[in-house]
Amino acid sequence: MNTSKITEIKSNNKFSNYWKEIWDYKELFFFLAWRDILVRYKQTFFGIAWSIIRPLITIVVFSVIFGKVASLPSDGIPYPILVIAGTLPWQLFSTSLSEASNSLISNSNMITKVYFPRLAIPLSTIVVSIIDFAISLVILICVMIYYAYIPSWQILTLPIFILIAILASLGGGIWFSALNVKYRDFKFVIPFIVQFGLFVSPVGFSSSLVPGKWKLIYSLNPMVGVIDGFRWAITGKESSLFAEGFMVSLIIVLIIFFSGIWYFRKTEKTFADFI
Amino acid sequence: MHSIEIKDISKKYIISRYNDNRQNNSIRESISNKIKNVFSKKTRDNKREEFWALRDVSFNVNIGDKIGIIGKNGAGKSTLLKILSRITNPTSGSITLNGRVASLLEVGTGFHPELTGKENIFLNGSILGMKKNEIKKKFDEIVAFSEIEQFLDTPVKRYSSGMYVRLAFSVAAHLEPEILLIDEVLAVGDAQFQKKCIGKMESASKEGRTILFVSHNMGAIKQLCSRAVLLEKGKVKLDSNVDDVISNYFEDVVTDTSFEMEFDKKDRVENLYKVYINKISFPNKLALYKMWEPINMELEIDNLSNMDQEIIAGLTILSVDEYPAFSVESEDCGHKLFLKNNSRTNIKISIPYPNLAPGKYFIRIGIRAGLNVIDFKDRTLHFEIQSGLNTYPTKNFIHGMKAQSKWEY
Repeated sequence: MNTSKITEIKSNNKFSNYWKEIWDYKELFFFLAWRDILVRYKQTFFGIAWSIIRPLITIVVFSVIFGKVASLPSDGIPYPILVIAGTLPWQLFSTSLSEASNSLISNSNMITKVYFPRLAIPLSTIVVSIIDFAISLVILICVMIYYAYIPSWQILTLPIFILIAILASLGGGIWFSALNVKYRDFKFVIPFIVQFGLFVSPVGFSSSLVPGKWKLIYSLNPMVGVIDGFRWAITGKESSLFAEGFMVSLIIVLIIFFSGIWYFRKTEKTFADFI
Repeated sequence: MHSIEIKDISKKYIISRYNDNRQNNSIRESISNKIKNVFSKKTRDNKREEFWALRDVSFNVNIGDKIGIIGKNGAGKSTLLKILSRITNPTSGSITLNGRVASLLEVGTGFHPELTGKENIFLNGSILGMKKNEIKKKFDEIVAFSEIEQFLDTPVKRYSSGMYVRLAFSVAAHLEPEILLIDEVLAVGDAQFQKKCIGKMESASKEGRTILFVSHNMGAIKQLCSRAVLLEKGKVKLDSNVDDVISNYFEDVVTDTSFEMEFDKKDRVENLYKVYINKISFPNKLALYKMWEPINMELEIDNLSNMDQEIIAGLTILSVDEYPAFSVESEDCGHKLFLKNNSRTNIKISIPYPNLAPGKYFIRIGIRAGLNVIDFKDRTLHFEIQSGLNTYPTKNFIHGMKAQSKWEY
């Protein structure tokens, strides 16, 4: 057998071909995502419909509470559309965060028994959240048709904002998945982040409600920029996007993403010892 | 050119109280531990202890070699295998692996109970490093090898454990790496299937594959490997041909005779009856008997429940290389053992005519209620039978049963 594959194992392994190796394992990555999708709705009555039902309930509740009961302003946009533009990226972010943070622990048997690039595990769980997100876009389309709401040209920029939302989810998910291996405290922290984040981020209301002088600080929450971007792309209202604030959020997203990968790479070699 | 080059590999673990408590069973426990740790941060660091699982281990493996790794529990076998399969990193040293590596530290890694057999073949195959096309190509072969064709579309959670192991092993047996690392996985499954798997692996090594095999099963090591490495306390003790290493290992095990063994309460596997083996000992404080000399033992059993219990206790005497010689049970004398609630029962066992050949043996203890095994301890006391005559060779281990016999001429 003529082989050219040589593996070096050293104490301070600098995987020079880290990304190439992840590429070599891309099939495993798809298999893991495929497994999670297959397993997710096994033995559920509504099956895949859950990826519609879950955001739908949030949208209805928020539209009623914030739009009808609290009568918050919406710049003339139908309130449900305003809520959808916040709910979809938020659900992508929050499910990625909670699923990914548990992913390494729930696959601990694999981590202690076989080698593969560890990044495949949190990444594949996030792919599942992205697929859920794609399915729930159907709600947006249906509601827009119902209100006969015609989007402006900005809707074409939506993919950019989706990408930013995905980057934010990946960054957060990778950070917490790695942290959770060593510090199980995060299994208590994540539910709080998800719960508070829902009210702190402009999911159910427009961020134009935030007073001007606080806007920049408010944008330190990366989801503010992501959600505002979604609203801007969907509604086309200039008022919904606060440019400086958006840049702040974007920079934070990028920092979280790259530092997440850095931290993951730094700690992954010891996962098997701690998990 | 070597297939595997291991150079000065060391692995250090930090053991600390903090780490022990990390496996929290409940949220409450976990929080209280966290709080305790916050208040005792300084003492926590003091409790840290270094433990070298491996210390400067070096050896080379030639292409096509079949090499066995043996050693007592805690000798570092599994750590070495984990480092070789890149699951964990060495603290120092380096390894060069020449070729595609597959490691089998467990059969069925990543099997998902909800998925069908067919789905799990693909999932498990890819986890073990097979490409999708490779799995597709070998799919029929894998299914045929596993002998579970009719259950392919059944979720594996409905499989019997035997079927599960068969399927899992079939996937693993069809890996085609240049280097195969195997840990103890053959211990599972029925004997016939084990034979089939060893056969499959033997044929694999005939194709020039390098195999590194960790096992306690000396029979399997002997059958599969030509060379063996004996590890002791993280170091290489002997690296030689398989027969020499195995006999060295046994001599080693044998020197550890013991006349008393108390089982740590922490290691108790909780059972429904709350009945546990606490201690076994030879009252003469010797682990040495002459041939035909009666063997007496004392067994302590704790009954922690609030009910009186009736149990059956049994012992098996095995030679150090794990051939059972004989077994005795309390049921043999027709009565069950009565254990009073919340108390310790001391049982005297005597074997008036132990028909054992000179050699080294150990005792396996089990207690049961009806057909339910309650507690079980393997490799408890080790002892030696001496011939009393000098005509018996002690090194060649004439183990097993002796029988009364007549020789006439």
